[in-house]
Amino acid sequence: MVEGLAIGACYGLFATAVVIIYKTSEVVNFAQGEMAMFSSFVAFHILSAYQYPFWLAFVITMLFSILLGILIEFLFLRPAKHPSILGMIVITLGAEMFLMGLASWKWGAEQKFFSLPLNPSVTYEPVKGMIITNWAIAVFAVTACIMLFLYIFFKFTRLGVAMRATQQNKHAAKIMGIRTERIFSFAWGFSSLIGAVAGMFFASRATLDPAFMMEPFLRAFAAAVLGGLMSIPGVIIGGALMGLIENFFGYFWPHWKPIIAFIVIILVLCLRPSGLFTKHYVKKV
Amino acid sequence: MLKVNNIETWYDLIRALHGISFEVKQGDIVTLLGSNGAGKSTILKTIMRLLYDLKEEQPEKGTIEFMGERIDRKNTDEIVRMGISYVPEGREVFPELSVLENIMMGAYTRRDRKTIKDDIDHVFDHFPILKARKDQEAGHLSGGEQQMLAIGRALMSRPKLLMLDEPSLGLSPLLTRDIFTIIRDINQKDGVTILLVEQNVNMALKYANFAFMMENGRIVRAEKPEILREDEDVKEFYLGIAKETSVKGYQRYRRKVRFR
Ligand SMILES: Nc1ncnc2c1ncn2[C@@H]1O[C@H](COP(=O)(O)OP(=O)(O)OP(=O)(O)O)[C@@H](O)[C@H]1O
Ligand SMILES: [Mg+2]
Repeated sequence: MVEGLAIGACYGLFATAVVIIYKTSEVVNFAQGEMAMFSSFVAFHILSAYQYPFWLAFVITMLFSILLGILIEFLFLRPAKHPSILGMIVITLGAEMFLMGLASWKWGAEQKFFSLPLNPSVTYEPVKGMIITNWAIAVFAVTACIMLFLYIFFKFTRLGVAMRATQQNKHAAKIMGIRTERIFSFAWGFSSLIGAVAGMFFASRATLDPAFMMEPFLRAFAAAVLGGLMSIPGVIIGGALMGLIENFFGYFWPHWKPIIAFIVIILVLCLRPSGLFTKHYVKKV
Repeated sequence: MLKVNNIETWYDLIRALHGISFEVKQGDIVTLLGSNGAGKSTILKTIMRLLYDLKEEQPEKGTIEFMGERIDRKNTDEIVRMGISYVPEGREVFPELSVLENIMMGAYTRRDRKTIKDDIDHVFDHFPILKARKDQEAGHLSGGEQQMLAIGRALMSRPKLLMLDEPSLGLSPLLTRDIFTIIRDINQKDGVTILLVEQNVNMALKYANFAFMMENGRIVRAEKPEILREDEDVKEFYLGIAKETSVKGYQRYRRKVRFR
């Protein structure tokens, strides 16, 4: 149960990364998972090849992930001036393939072990029957910090408000003197960073290989759809729900676990396309 | 202050502006008049270089000078920083930001926090209704309030030149008069030069110091408003005070402007 919530928080965190890009660029970034995968590999590489302490590797990886996000936006999306939605999707899929190929070439397709400096066997049992692992505590703490930071950032900083403004009306944002291209670079860098954090959590639970983010990405995408693809708190709740649903199915019908993400996506899109928690804004003419 | 010299703007294969030249002098209220599709909005967008997205080389020909400096190849944000502010057709407020956040975005190019505070108060002096609504989402304001917000927001960058595209669009006659009075205040008290695009010819001619009339992407007349208001053609076709309304008269008028 707690474990399911923690995984859900990871999905939520990763879905937040998806949503930040969706809100600014209006494209579902299918390369998101592979961007996180690539960053996790960089962390792995720094740790295993150079034996740096974890925190240093972490900081370097974060910087790297920001650069990676900016670079992908610059190389893949910027040149396409007025792409259709389908075109954008194809572009991000291309970026995904590219990153996956690059990772397989550099690090090989075999599975590696990636561990956070947390002892996974340390558990707590505050209430009887409720077991919390070290990992779950770290996930909750990090997710809470990032959420708090995002709330303050989008609400009170000039850049944060400018990002929201650009997302609501790019044309008007330009007129205000906002450099909208920079806002896009920034959103991609930011999103890539959050994705990398989530990626490292996933990697430390399972193994690290070039395809390891495929499933988490799908589930996070389901969480994002559940939350309406637009609101960050909605997405976190969506993530938590997703984690619980999955845990529940995994317990009763383990065979169904892998496809539950698809079922959720399809159900939500059929029944409530705007997500469970969104208030929809109707443009006044 | 603003010198537009023989500019041409194209939308794909359609030429929207056929060599436009005009000048706005410091301290004036200048109005651009013309029927639908004449290219008025296109002029303002070209000056702000918002058509850059469509094509790198816009305007295709001609030059635009502001305070003696060429701006026809500068980016929009540089143009804003140089002191041109633009209120687009249809307001374009940020619907899900609060009124106050919208106003703050107008000051995006500025860093001086203290004077920004004073300027916000100044905007609230012009538009007291915005103060009462300052925490409301801008998307839930009425059309007139959104227009006021768009103008207030544009003032926050401390412009030397304010360009307004149809500020009276969809407003009641009473509110239109209020808006025009405020525009005059902005011009006279704050010393902001104004370039005004209007469909409401009557109002525009009352408040402007100079007027340009456009047809089909060309400027066909440049005149003092007093003269235009007494002009028979203008009376007939823009003000609707017709002595004789006839198809023939209209054709005669079209011929006249075409061969100018
Ligand atoms: N994005 C566009 N793509 C193609 N053609 C356009 C585009 N925008 C405007 N036009 C054309 O350019 C011409 C001038 O349009 P513009 O919007 O400047 O007119 P306007 O004088 O502002 O009219 P109105 O008073 O109706 O606002 C019109 O013929 C219009 O069809
Ligand atoms: Mg127009």
